[in-house]
Amino acid sequence: MKALTKHRLFWPAAILVVMLLANVIVTPTFFRIELKNGHLYGSLIDIMLYGAPLILIALGMTMVIATGGIDLSVGATVAISGALACSIIAEQPDQEAVGGVLTAVAFALGLSLVLGLWNGLLVARIGIQPIVATLILMVAGRGVAQLITDGQIITINSEPYELIGGGYLFGFPFAVLVVAVVVAGTAVLIRRTALGLLLEAVGGNAEASRLVGIRARRLLVLAYVFCAFCAGIAGLMISSNIRAADGNNAGLWIELDAILAVVIGGTSLMGGRFSLAGTVLGALIIQTLSTTIYTTGVPPQVTLVFKALVVTAVCLIQSPAFRAKVFRRRRPTGPASPAPAEAEVAA
Amino acid sequence: MLKKLSAALTAGLLASVLAACGGGGETSASGGGDAGSGKITLGFSQVGSESGWRAANTKSIKDSAATAGIDLKFSDAQQKQENQIASIRSYIQQKVDVIAFSPVVVTGWDAVLKEAQAAKIPVILTDRAVDSDASLYATFIGSDFVKEGEEVGKWALEEFKSASGPVNIVQLEGTVGSAPAIDRKKGFESIIAANPNMKVIASQSGDFTRAKGKEVMQALLQANPKIDLLFAHNDDMGLGAIEAIKAAGLKPGADIKIATIDAVKDGMTALAANEINFIAECSPLLGEQLMELTKKAAAGETLEKRIVTKETTFTPQQAAEVLSTRQY
Repeated sequence: MKALTKHRLFWPAAILVVMLLANVIVTPTFFRIELKNGHLYGSLIDIMLYGAPLILIALGMTMVIATGGIDLSVGATVAISGALACSIIAEQPDQEAVGGVLTAVAFALGLSLVLGLWNGLLVARIGIQPIVATLILMVAGRGVAQLITDGQIITINSEPYELIGGGYLFGFPFAVLVVAVVVAGTAVLIRRTALGLLLEAVGGNAEASRLVGIRARRLLVLAYVFCAFCAGIAGLMISSNIRAADGNNAGLWIELDAILAVVIGGTSLMGGRFSLAGTVLGALIIQTLSTTIYTTGVPPQVTLVFKALVVTAVCLIQSPAFRAKVFRRRRPTGPASPAPAEAEVAA
Repeated sequence: MLKKLSAALTAGLLASVLAACGGGGETSASGGGDAGSGKITLGFSQVGSESGWRAANTKSIKDSAATAGIDLKFSDAQQKQENQIASIRSYIQQKVDVIAFSPVVVTGWDAVLKEAQAAKIPVILTDRAVDSDASLYATFIGSDFVKEGEEVGKWALEEFKSASGPVNIVQLEGTVGSAPAIDRKKGFESIIAANPNMKVIASQSGDFTRAKGKEVMQALLQANPKIDLLFAHNDDMGLGAIEAIKAAGLKPGADIKIATIDAVKDGMTALAANEINFIAECSPLLGEQLMELTKKAAAGETLEKRIVTKETTFTPQQAAEVLSTRQY
């Protein structure tokens, strides 16, 4: 039991379970999953479907944060990617054509890679601080998205494109399958090769890692490109889910949710050690929180306060120092204080 | 190699950024003021170009000015109050006959309005209100958001008047704290209070966007097995909700009745296809009315302080008729 509570993923997982159980109390049918029109339907499916873009972005963000950086431009990349894909499809004579959709997807993802490269070069080559470097694209990116959509919401009617974010494959939401593949692929690449170790080394101490012969700059650029690529896919999902590109609102503030997901998942903003599974849990916690607010009927005026309180509680529960204090107060006769080594493991 | 590539990238991105900003500047039909031409000059400062609604609003103003023979000086504030104040000041210096603007925010206009008053230039507010004293501007022309909510309420009362059991209503509100969201909710709820059977069982914010509209509706459908009517504070949220209703295996417009506000083209298309049942218009086409007011103000007439934009409501049949001529 003790070993279990000390696992670094114990607290995020426990919080997610508590949230889901709280939902069941309010909505008894919360866990019910049924087949409707040949696809799975239910609250849990919704959480995964709407959480899919956030999981992807948070995954990319984890890589960037592991290097000690941060990427504020993912929301803008989401908007640009969706805007480009939809505007290309809207110009096709036949919007239903699979070839046209694939072209649009390729262009959108290609542009996302270029945007990631831009961020990476600013950070790694020119040496601008990550928060400033990516702030440039965060601010300018929405303008670019507006330029692509001409300030309008572009609505499209394309079945193949709709599959990406709103469609189902063998009854499963396609977006969730995409996320599963990307997460699994990343996990294999990161943990079965030395890549993860190198990333953590760069995040832990860039100078030291350079001196032992790690090409830190190249890794940095790679992290930002990967992050933008994830944001690009998320942008396709978000626009596909509503069959429209909204340059103003697509992915607005999603960078903050993504950073929060990474932090809840137990990755330090200082860089170094990171946890992919923790990030996925963190993103699911945030999406579950949103769904909880809608289904339990928290009044819109207090939604943000409610969210803030929950997030504060989540962060406090995860803090070893906080837990140690509460623990001590409850059992004043117990052992004087938890060993510092214990706190380190839990962190 | 990489250095060259990064240089090219820098240039490329800068160019696109500049192009994005370039859309803003002032455009003016003629250079100087109204030097002896006898033409009325109107200085107009637009909020920005954030939506299709706003684009239609801009086009209406530009077209109407040309038709009415008014010399229009147009500037785009790109959602920034300081830009708007700067362009109003420049209009004052150019001694235009009338100034009109669509305020970005509600507060902070006293100083510049006083400057306009001192220069004896009448100011017309369009589409959005300010909290300054009413003596500082000539008139405020714009939609009545409360009335729009009431129109939807009246339609709902009529639609469900023969319903015997309770009518479960779900409301998708606009951005929390925005004037349209507050007023539309107030107008709607005040009317449906007449029928105790009609109950708003859930009301959540969808931020006026399609994506949020869909996400929130999907969650509400899970939590509330029986929904009879959806009232969305704008078309976009309604359009998102339609997708969610379809995903739940229900038929939008039949299994769940839908009423929205705005009447943008995508909304009207859905209305004509019977996926939405009723839309109360929130018209951006106030150009013609604005030009009439400009002429009156330039002639020194006193104007009514509050003028409501000419607006109507649409049923599916009416939508099908006007759809082909819809401008926005």
